[in-house]
Formats: sequence, C-alpha cells, structure tokens
Amino acid sequence: MTEPASAMDPRETAALEEAIEQIVAKAKEFGLDFFPMRYEICPADVIYTFGAYAMPTRFSHWSFGKLYHQMKTQYDYGLSKIYELVINSDPCYAFLLDTNTLLQNKMIAAHVLAHCDFFKNNYRFRHTNRQMVATMAAFANRVRQYEQDVGRDRVERFLDAVLAIHEHVDPFPNPKPAPAANLLRPRHSPEPISPYADLWSLDGPVPETPQAEEPPRRPGPTRDLLLFILDHAPDLTDWQRDIVSSVRGEMLYFRPQMETKIMNEGWASFWHARIMRELDLTPEESVEFARMHAAVLAPNRFHLNPYHLGFHIFEDIERRYGREKIFEVRETETDVSLIRNYLTEELCEKLDLYLYSRQGSEWRITGKGWEQVRDGILRQINNCGIPYIYAEDSDYQRRGELYLRHGYEGVELDPFYVERTLPHVHHIWQRPVHLETVEDGVTVIYTCTGPETRRSVKQ
Amino acid sequence: MAGHHFSIAREDWSLHRQGQMDQDRHLEKVREAIKNNLADIISDDSIVASDGRRLVKVPIRSLNEYRFRFNWDKQERVGQGPGNSQEGQVIARDGSPAGGAGKGAGDAAGEDLYEAIMTVDELEEILFDDLALPNLDPKRQPDINTRQYRWDDVRKHGLQSNIDKKRTLLEAVKRNRLAGRPPLHGFSRQDLRFKTWEERYEPQTSAVILAMMDTSGSMGEFEKQIARGFFFWTVRFLRTNYDNLFIHFLAHSTEAKEVTEEEFFTKVESGGTRCSSVYELALQLIAEKYPPSLYNIYAFHLSDGDNLVTDNQRSVELVRQLVEVCNLFGYGEIDAAAGNPIYYRSSTLSALYQREIHHPRFQSVVIKDRSEVYKALRTFFGPQNAQAEKGVS
Repeated sequence: MTEPASAMDPRETAALEEAIEQIVAKAKEFGLDFFPMRYEICPADVIYTFGAYAMPTRFSHWSFGKLYHQMKTQYDYGLSKIYELVINSDPCYAFLLDTNTLLQNKMIAAHVLAHCDFFKNNYRFRHTNRQMVATMAAFANRVRQYEQDVGRDRVERFLDAVLAIHEHVDPFPNPKPAPAANLLRPRHSPEPISPYADLWSLDGPVPETPQAEEPPRRPGPTRDLLLFILDHAPDLTDWQRDIVSSVRGEMLYFRPQMETKIMNEGWASFWHARIMRELDLTPEESVEFARMHAAVLAPNRFHLNPYHLGFHIFEDIERRYGREKIFEVRETETDVSLIRNYLTEELCEKLDLYLYSRQGSEWRITGKGWEQVRDGILRQINNCGIPYIYAEDSDYQRRGELYLRHGYEGVELDPFYVERTLPHVHHIWQRPVHLETVEDGVTVIYTCTGPETRRSVKQ
Repeated sequence: MAGHHFSIAREDWSLHRQGQMDQDRHLEKVREAIKNNLADIISDDSIVASDGRRLVKVPIRSLNEYRFRFNWDKQERVGQGPGNSQEGQVIARDGSPAGGAGKGAGDAAGEDLYEAIMTVDELEEILFDDLALPNLDPKRQPDINTRQYRWDDVRKHGLQSNIDKKRTLLEAVKRNRLAGRPPLHGFSRQDLRFKTWEERYEPQTSAVILAMMDTSGSMGEFEKQIARGFFFWTVRFLRTNYDNLFIHFLAHSTEAKEVTEEEFFTKVESGGTRCSSVYELALQLIAEKYPPSLYNIYAFHLSDGDNLVTDNQRSVELVRQLVEVCNLFGYGEIDAAAGNPIYYRSSTLSALYQREIHHPRFQSVVIKDRSEVYKALRTFFGPQNAQAEKGVS
C-alpha cells in the first residue's frame, strides 16, 4: 500500500525515538516494571488487521474479516480510530499508527508501557504464554494445512461452530476430579447436581468411595465446554481436536485481559497522564494532549468507559492510601474485586453513574443508589459478561447426547441466540444437544437435533 | 536493569494481507447471503428511496455470529451521565438520533442484524448478474454512431499551431546530446513534433422506457411502492446496457397523459380505468419521436387489472400493435388482494392478455407483494427468458 502523505519521515522517527527514551526513563523512575519494548510503526490497514485479530498472526476466519472491514470502514470515514495495539508478550510488541502525530505517539508510548507493566505484574497474567505470538502463528499454519487437506468449507464450518462457544472456558479448572460418589449419583436424584454440591457433604462423614469400581461414566459438570468436548465428544478427528484445543488455548490467553479491562485501561491512563505531566511540552502540545486525554476518557450514557472508570478508581486509591497501594492493587485485583473493594459512594456520585433500562420505546434512568449501581456493574462484568453454561452429561439418556445447563443467576439467555447457537454445538457433538435454562421463572429445555431446535418445559 | 531497552521498527508491511483476505471471504459470504435474499432486499424501500445516497445498508441474517448471550433487554445496565442526571430521566428514545446509541445499549433480545454497507452499484452488480436483456430482435439497424475526436497521436508533420512543445524539446535534447553538444543547442526541423487527432466512431446505443401506470383510485400506497421499486431497478438495469436512456412516465385513469416522475409516484386520481388511453399515448409517442428502427423500446404497464370491460377489446388490439414496435412489452398486475377471498375479482387484464396475446415480446406477471418485484424483474429480464427468446428469433 502507498504510504499516506502524513506518514512519519526518518526525522520524525528519530524525534520519537528520543521521546520514548525519556518516557521509558520516567516510567522506570515511577517504578513501572515492564518487558523490553518493541515499538512497531505501521500503516492503518495493518493496525486494523491486528486489531480485528487481536494478534499479529492468527488463524483465518471470515469473522475476523468482517470485524476488520467494519473497523477499517469506520476509520476510512473518520468515525473512529485506534491509535495503538499492545500484545501481552515478552518482549512486548506495541503497534503505533504511522499517521499519529508525534505527540499522540508520546502519549501512546507511555500508555502502552503501563499496559506492559500490568501484563508483567498482575497475578492473573502470571501463567499466560508470553510466546503466544509464535504459538498462534503456528496454529494459523496448521489451519491452513487442514484447509488444504479436507477443504476450506469443512474447516470453516467447524470453526464457525467452535467460535460459537469459544468463550466457554474455565480459567480455574478443578485440579482434581470431584469424588466419584457424587458423579455416580443417579440422574433422577431429588437435588440437582451443582458444582458446589460437594460442599454440603464436607461436614458429614466422608462417603465411602468404592475403589474397585470402574471409572465413572458421567463426568462431573464443568463450565469449560471446550475441554469437555475434547474429553468426551464422540467422533472428533485429529484436525478437529487440534482446532478445539488451540482455540481454547487462545481463549485462555485472552481471558485475563477480559477480566481486567477496567483495571488495565485505568492503569494505563493513570500512567500516561502522570508521565506526560513530567515531559517538557509546548503550550500547543499541552492543549493537544489535554484534548486527547479527554477524548479517551469521555463518559458514555450507555456503556461504562473502562478508561474513565479505571482512571478515577486508581486516582481515588492513590489519594486515599498512597502510591504504594496502587501498585499492590494492580498486582492482586481483577475488575470484579476492584469494583467490589474500591468503588465508593463518593466515586459513584462524582462519576454520575446510574442504572438504566428500557421502558417501552425509551431508555430511562432507573436507579442512582451507589450499592445498586455497584451491583449492576458487577452483574455486567461477572464472568466477563458471558453466561455460565455447564456441561453436565455426555451420555444423556444413555444415548450419547450432550446435556448443557445454564447457571441461571437472574438474567435470562437470549432465546433467539440460543436457538441459533445450539446447531453449532450439534455440529461438533454430532448428536442431539440439550440446554436447560430458566425463562419467566420456568425451567425449560432446548433440544437441538441438527435440523431443528425445540423448546419444552422441563417436567 | 539492562533488559529495559526498547526499539522502534518500521517494517515493510506490504505483504501483510490477511485482513484483506479474510475480508474478501467475508464479502463473498455477504454476496452469497444477498443473492439468496435478493427478493427481500431489492424491495426494501430505503434502498429505492436512496436514489441519491450512495451507500445502502443491507441487513443480513446469516452472518451473525451466534453465541450464548444474555437477554439484557430485561435487565438494567450501567451508564454514565454528565454529572447531574436524575432518576427517571429519559436518556434515549427509539428512533431518535441518540437512539442509535441505543442499539449498542440494547444488546436487545432477538435479532440484531448484521448490516452490510455497500453502494447501490455493488448491490446492482449482484442483482444484474442474474438478469439479461431479452435479446428479442437483434437490432434492425446499426445503432447510432457518433463521431469523436481524440488528441492522442503525435506526428512529425502538422499544423504549426498544434506543435507539441514538450516533445519537440525532448527530441532536440536527445539529438544534441547524441552529437555530444550541450542539450540546448538550437532546434532543427526534424525535432518538430505535432499533436494530432484521430477520428473515431463510437457506437452509441439508445433505449426508451415507456413507464405506464394506472393511477386510478384503486391504486393505493402499496401499489405505488411496488411500482416505484419496479421502475427503479428496471431503469438502473437498462442503464447498464444502453448509453442513452429516455424515460417517459405515462399516467392514466380513463385518460392518459405524460407526467413528471414525482407526479407519477405520488398522484392519485379517482375514477375508472381505461387502459387503451395510455396505449394510444404510447403509440403516438413512438410514432412521433422514437422510430423503432433506431431505438430499443421497452414498454411496461403496471395496473391493478381492473379495466372497464367495454375497453378490454380495444386494449388487446393496442397491445398487439405495441408489441410489434417494442423490444419488450411487460404487463405487471399488482394484486394486493391475492389470496384474500373477501375481494372477488371477476376478470382481470392479466387473464385476458394471457388468453389473447401470444407473442415472444409480450410478458406478463402478477405481483402479490413486495418481494415479488424481484420475480417480476426476472420474468422480464430473466436469463431463461432471454434464452427462450433467442430460440424464437
């Protein structure tokens, strides 16, 4: 592609290099602790590709193309712009848009340094694969090979199906299997088997576990659907297993980022503000910076802006407990615990947070009480906003059918989407798939037999 | 610590094409989806009304990425105000500009359609891929040719006023340098270059559309919409095939007259229907302005089929005459009441024409709802139609 006229020339690159040196020094002074940085300056279509795939190289799928197209179109029409992209890796890759002004790039360089510090130090990231760029590139190659082996359409169809449920992984799988006695409890037992059912029996005598018995038929409930499929799906071929397993690995890699969106963006915004303050900016640059900072932190009537919320929570923590405390928070919390522990009544009021809901054809503010609002936020970000779906049985009714249960906690599933997602699960499982959920207070079961999906009330 | 270095790199990214490749695949799927839903898409009023606007949004069902998700429509969400929001305050309404944000806010249950944004041209390409001109009568005369001049040649001789200074200068420099002289060392006659032109004959094709419509009281809003959709695509399709397109809008009740496009689609008259009136007007226009030997003439008549019985015979005769001078005479009967037993339709024009007129250049179709506009287009311009007619001629 031809470079846009405003792309950086070597002189500007040199100026940026000098600025980044300063910024890195400042960041170290402040105590930020990051991996070695690799800043890459690239044109818009490349940044948007990376943005759509969330990685420099990832397997091919039309859904990424769709996202790329949307993002790029918005950029071309000047509707939105991403300035940077940063990858959790060691060394850490940060991609800057080549049409950014020098000042924009300064702010972004500072911003991504804090992201990198967060990747390196937050406990949820401790076990992420820091060589994921290479891992994903290798998987992308294997997918290409599968496309050649079995045909693009088959691979695409299977990926469609896996991507429909790829959010359902469990970052903290139960290390040891639940006691066998529980697993062998007959299906028609009066109490439903829940993942916590074993807690009830902790006080009682340890049930006798018949050692000699053959391994349990029915695996315990798990919310790691992809792992359950790997372990129990009846007819997966090798290439299909690889896809399920690799997509799961990618999801587990992204999962900590999803759990710390508010923290991570808040942390990065907090530090770009602190670092920029330390640089010698001309008055014009100061105005430009203030404008950018305000744009990034602009509140939204309908969504929480994680930059804004996170920024103010970190400022508030620093004000109340001092600088050291924020370093501790960035290490030990995730969004859920951050909101629970540090969103105060004063903050709620200051940020003008509210609950709203749809009433007829209007969206109306329905609550401003701070505890109400806090619980509303928690409900929204719990499990990254993904419903809990448990795989309960791989041999339902002894016919090899899959039984899923929605862990209903007061918010219903979107029935339209349920009906269209189940056929994807069926495509993987190749036998009937059931999903139990609650609608209007009634327990219902959706059953997908492939061509059709029925809904019935649970007896 | 020594590890805290950084680097800035600027690679050659020109080979990085994965985004475009997957985007191509996505667009391919969009095209497939559009192809499968053309009937619904082209009858969409917003596209027909978008005449001036270049981008249209095409809702596509099959490209949503389905997953298990919450029905937030029934739930409260958290938002943020400018600092003084009050409980009970309305932050957006459906349909208001702010409501656009509501879409994101909603995550509402049910369908949120993926909307492919494309130009009318792109949509056309997909639609017209399927259509063909009924090649009824390979044109009787060579189409009108126009003579054009193009200044695209250079010669050594020519009119002094047409001298090509730049080329002349280059020739002089070339000659001087070859001889080891400084570049500017005088001109010689052989350096001179002249611009000159070529004459070309370019075939120009012309077509006439006679858009005839019943505007009697029985043609309601629904019928008008169908007619508008039909003529919109017909005109666009013919335009891809002909350089010059003349369109005449002829409205009639018991009497016919030529009207503007706006009147054509908005005006409602009362009274009965006499189709022969508009056919007479059409024949008169052809006789006066468009000799069939020079023009491709496409006549379409849309009606609800409720003609005065006494006029039927006369109409049939005139249609027979029209068919002789037109490339295609298409009759479309808009029958909103189809299948509704409350409306008893004694006899309709379409039944009459089908009984009476058998001619390869006559086509008729009954349009029962919007999605059948596509069916009508395919009846008139469908590939099978074109093929069959070829066999006839």
